Amino acid sequence: MRPVVPYVTAALLFGLGVYGVLRRRNAVLVLMAVELMLNAVNLILVTADATVRAALPHAGQVFALFVIVLAAAEIGVGLAIVLQLYRLRASVAVDEVPLTEPPAGPPAEQAGRATTTGEVTR
Amino acid sequence: MTGADVLLLALGAVAVGAGALVVTTRHLVRAGLYLVVCLGALAGVYLVLAAELVAWVQVLIYVGAVVVLLLFAVMLTRAPIGASDDLDRPGWPAALIGGGAGLGLAALLVDAYRWTRVDLPTPGTAERLGEQVFRTWVLPFEVLSVLLLSALVGAVVLSRPDIGRRPADGRGPARADNQGWGAKDRAGGRP
Repeated sequence: MRPVVPYVTAALLFGLGVYGVLRRRNAVLVLMAVELMLNAVNLILVTADATVRAALPHAGQVFALFVIVLAAAEIGVGLAIVLQLYRLRASVAVDEVPLTEPPAGPPAEQAGRATTTGEVTR
Repeated sequence: MTGADVLLLALGAVAVGAGALVVTTRHLVRAGLYLVVCLGALAGVYLVLAAELVAWVQVLIYVGAVVVLLLFAVMLTRAPIGASDDLDRPGWPAALIGGGAGLGLAALLVDAYRWTRVDLPTPGTAERLGEQVFRTWVLPFEVLSVLLLSALVGAVVLSRPDIGRRPADGRGPARADNQGWGAKDRAGGRP
């Protein structure tokens, strides 16, 4: 077994995940790209478990299991946030989310300030 | 090139190709289905690498649960069924950073491992992994259960706007449907 093959696969998958996170506007697609990155890390862990002789047997595979559980938790909370965002804004485009605190006031004033100061960049 | 190498190459090519389609396709639903292909190919890679339990957990949790959750989210956000043009930002920086990260890591790992070969390890069956999890790694395991519980509670609280609704506290007459977003924003934006 040549360990370089799964290692290079994992590196390319990680690069694809980074590209997807930076490129996509839709929040669900961003989460899918995050899943790609987590899977690349899992593949690195399992391959390292097969190639590196460690003191504890199968530590890499145990860590891969832990990362899978973390990914499940992450996707649950992430989708809750995405659905809440959709409920509030009727859109899941991540570059339309205002990152600053919305000014307290009536909604008309909020909309006016958002457009004049350019907080909502389209 | 042994049989394991050929299998690893083929499954890795399938995984990378499907992953590229996930981040480039213009159909939302198809992105989820390509993700199934990618994760399934990765489960095959785990099987070749003799990580049986991880492979089946990957099939169960990723292909079974995570992708279904993602497809639920695609449907609940009323995504268009056909191709949509507004999924992408113009992305030369993304291509630069993503390609740089991927190819840089690949070059690093190729340089580290060259074309060496190792023997396949002992299979990571459920018995061996369970022994490790419940003997050496039992404390992280328990901490992970607490994390899952808190993630569950967090998801429930996030998705119910009637929990944690504040009365109007001098910050102005915030709308009722805006309350959850504002509370989250304040909590996240505070240094």
